[in-house]
Amino acid sequence: MLLHEIAHCRAGDKGTVATLTVVPHDDADYPALLAVLTPQRVREGLDRWVGGEVTRHELPLLCCLQFVCTGIRGGGVTVSTELDTHGKSLSSRLLALDVPLRRG
Amino acid sequence: MSPTTTRIGSGAGFAGDRIEPAVDLARRGRLDDLVLECLAERTIALGHRRRLADPATGYDPRLAQRLTALLPDLLANGVRLLTNMGAANPAAAGRVAREHLDRLGSAAPVAVVTGDDVLDLVDPAAAATEDGRPLGEHGELVSANAYLGADAILPALDAGAAVVVTGRVADPSLFLAPLAHRLGWDLDAPGPAAAGTLVGHLLECAGQLTGGYAADPGRLDVPRLAELGFPFADVGADGTARYGKLDGTGGRLDRHTVREQLLYEVTDPAGYRTPDVVLDLRGVTVESDGPDRVRVAGATGRTRPDELKVSVGHRAGHRVEAGISYVGPNAGARARLAADVVAERVRGLPVTPRIEVRGGPADARLRVAALHRDPGLLDVLAHEVESLYTNGPAGGGGVRTRVDEVIGVLSTFVPREAVAPRVTVLEAGRAAA
Repeated sequence: MLLHEIAHCRAGDKGTVATLTVVPHDDADYPALLAVLTPQRVREGLDRWVGGEVTRHELPLLCCLQFVCTGIRGGGVTVSTELDTHGKSLSSRLLALDVPLRRG
Repeated sequence: MSPTTTRIGSGAGFAGDRIEPAVDLARRGRLDDLVLECLAERTIALGHRRRLADPATGYDPRLAQRLTALLPDLLANGVRLLTNMGAANPAAAGRVAREHLDRLGSAAPVAVVTGDDVLDLVDPAAAATEDGRPLGEHGELVSANAYLGADAILPALDAGAAVVVTGRVADPSLFLAPLAHRLGWDLDAPGPAAAGTLVGHLLECAGQLTGGYAADPGRLDVPRLAELGFPFADVGADGTARYGKLDGTGGRLDRHTVREQLLYEVTDPAGYRTPDVVLDLRGVTVESDGPDRVRVAGATGRTRPDELKVSVGHRAGHRVEAGISYVGPNAGARARLAADVVAERVRGLPVTPRIEVRGGPADARLRVAALHRDPGLLDVLAHEVESLYTNGPAGGGGVRTRVDEVIGVLSTFVPREAVAPRVTVLEAGRAAA
């Protein structure tokens, strides 16, 4: 299924670093997110936009995952030639990932 | 004796933000303080450019509009205003605020916080944090502003200011300072600094806490998005905070919107650095506390950094953006043909543009973009897109081209003790001083 079915996401930018906050619609899906949304999976899925490393921070009290993506291709908001110079749409790109989960 | 709670509202989350939600908060929010955060990284560099052309400018162009809309209610209700709309010229912005208050017959003091401009302190040979290369190699430096902390703002509040205008300060510091002032917090203690910084971090983007930037129809529905209300927080002396929005406003404030904003732009949840504290978010809890009410607690912190971050604006060249659209049967193929034509015709130029086809098979747009020092060269690229009208595939329309100068932003650090913040109080009738 698409990640969009179980989670929402917010992108932020700091220069050539993007942050992606993934929040499950239902807290009960946090363990499943933890299992399928590895930093490797995010790095592969966003390869066209992310040139550097992806680090995952787990926040169990909040049931959230925070991905920090370095080396955003095309540079930061001020010098990028992308249409979306901030990279705000990376959140929606992430939600388009197909994750190996089934609706129970 | 300090009160046990205080209410602080967020009236703008960026320079282009709406104005009515702030007026609503000023009028019926029962606020103690209202903060307008309007200064993005690059905004201040653009302000410096305007100031070079006209020394009376350089502050936020919407300052007068926001003051005109807000001051009558703020004065009537005794709400203090803090804003970084001073941008590249806080002194001039302070005089504008003074004039507004004088016209309204108010003797309330205006305070201006300066000292963030550290262009003289920054060595162009110093390394940029981003890539380690000397700052000056990226282009001529046009501005360098240190992120001041709440300690720079506090003297303005001690002086009894009703309106505080700053240039570059860390966004959460605009909130931490009035909270510390109202609640009698010691800013040298990491605990209160962490609690107030978290309040500032959650409120600084205004509508992004109340459902703005979150709506996704059918998945995350936000009621009455067109009437989005902005948030406030009731902050206790113990640092816990209850967030809300005014009854009757649109939007939603719940665990979903708060958690998205809690981690927004946070690159290290264990160590979010501001001039006031190193904030640790790992122990933070977010609990629903009624409709559109959320309670947040548990921020901890470590002693503030010895160095201040500096945002450095530089001339990064020019950028071209040009596009043409194709619709109907085979539109995607025609747009791709247009892309091939442009790619062939610009081959050999000393710039490699981004050439992309956006949209779907029946509605597609060719987009060409590039960054280069020479605007003349970029004009050549724009011309190649424009000339597709009569020389390209069938049915091309809607050409738009533009070439703009680009101010890039880099960062570096300076020792805290090298920066000397200053507060100037403008008393009634002294706008010209």
